[in-house]
Amino acid sequence: MAAESGKIDPMHQFEIAPVFPGGFEIAGQTIAFTNSALWMLLTLVTLWVFMQGGMKRELVPGRWQLMVESFTGFIDDMLVANIGAEGRKYAPYVFSLFMFILFANILGLLPIGVVGGHPFTVTSHLTITGILAIVSFAIVLIVGFGRHGLHFFSLFVPHGTPLPMIPFIFLVELLSFLVRPFSLGLRLFVAMTAGHILLKVLAGFVINSTNAGVGYGLMVGLPSLTLMVGISALEILVAVVQAYVFALLTSLYINDAVNLH
Amino acid sequence: MPQIDQIMSTYGSQFFWLVITFGLIYFVIGRSMLPKIQGTVDLRKGKIAGDIAAAKAAHARADEIEEDYRQAQARARDAAMAITAEAKAKGAREAEARVRDADVGIAAHLAEAEAAIAAQQASALTEIEAVAVEAAQDIVARLTPAKVTKPQVNRAVKGALADA
Repeated sequence: MAAESGKIDPMHQFEIAPVFPGGFEIAGQTIAFTNSALWMLLTLVTLWVFMQGGMKRELVPGRWQLMVESFTGFIDDMLVANIGAEGRKYAPYVFSLFMFILFANILGLLPIGVVGGHPFTVTSHLTITGILAIVSFAIVLIVGFGRHGLHFFSLFVPHGTPLPMIPFIFLVELLSFLVRPFSLGLRLFVAMTAGHILLKVLAGFVINSTNAGVGYGLMVGLPSLTLMVGISALEILVAVVQAYVFALLTSLYINDAVNLH
Repeated sequence: MPQIDQIMSTYGSQFFWLVITFGLIYFVIGRSMLPKIQGTVDLRKGKIAGDIAAAKAAHARADEIEEDYRQAQARARDAAMAITAEAKAKGAREAEARVRDADVGIAAHLAEAEAAIAAQQASALTEIEAVAVEAAQDIVARLTPAKVTKPQVNRAVKGALADA
């Protein structure tokens, strides 16, 4: 896939490289401060700064405080609607998840390439989305078996299943349950990766066609640039929607574990 | 795809940094800051609900007070009317009694006066009789030589007066 559009490789943006040389080893793995780590830290710092607005804790909120409170209220409402009154117990995790994904998605979209920076989208990596999905899935398992014990397996037999169908339905439901962490992690990874590849490919078209001459630039580069503007807007939407989907599905899965249908 | 190509060489580093950053987000933001923000929101919701409830209670209390006031006014009016009616009745009764007393007094006076008149009439009649007897005795003495005694004249005058 690389090198077709001249020197511009649309996959290069996903490469992980150490920012500083060095690092240390744990169990055969080199732990270095990579560009991925840098953007995770940026996500953390940006989110922390954003949350400071909510810490004013005034009875009559200002704009910033209201913005933070609308995020917390959004997650609160989602959890209460999907899980019930005790859903608020899971707000710390689901809120952290939603905000981390949202901020990482949006930070990765920032056009800092204009000033020579290299934006990196943390959530376009399967290792990150996979771990987050596994954590969500682990919470579902812990809550499910912790609350219901072996009765949790009744989740795989929907009400009103005819007796002869129970073994078959059980297997199907179990399979769909086990697929959840994969679909959860892959969805975010694929959505972010695809969007960023598309933007880079189109950007390559703009640069290469313009280098080939003004005519090519106007015929190929300009439509590509127009398309990029539209896709960038779409990508902002995708960034928000994917964070929402991840948090929503996590809360739905937790609902299964808490309420068993 | 570097995400897949590099997975074996970078998963340790990715995991390490994700645990640090997401762990910090979870504990510092999710567990420590979020409940405070939720607390502020809940506090505000509670305050608004409390204020509305207080306003409703005050409204109900105002209605109650107005109702009490109306009832008190109605009671006062009824009491005033009762007092007026009683005073009127009492006045009428007193006036009646006084008129009755006055009537009795007047009747007594009348009877007294009538008795006095009757007595005076009687005394006047006896006086006239005495005068008439004297006059008749005188007249008889002057006109006739006959001598009449007082009882004779008396009898004659009484007879004449009774005839008149």
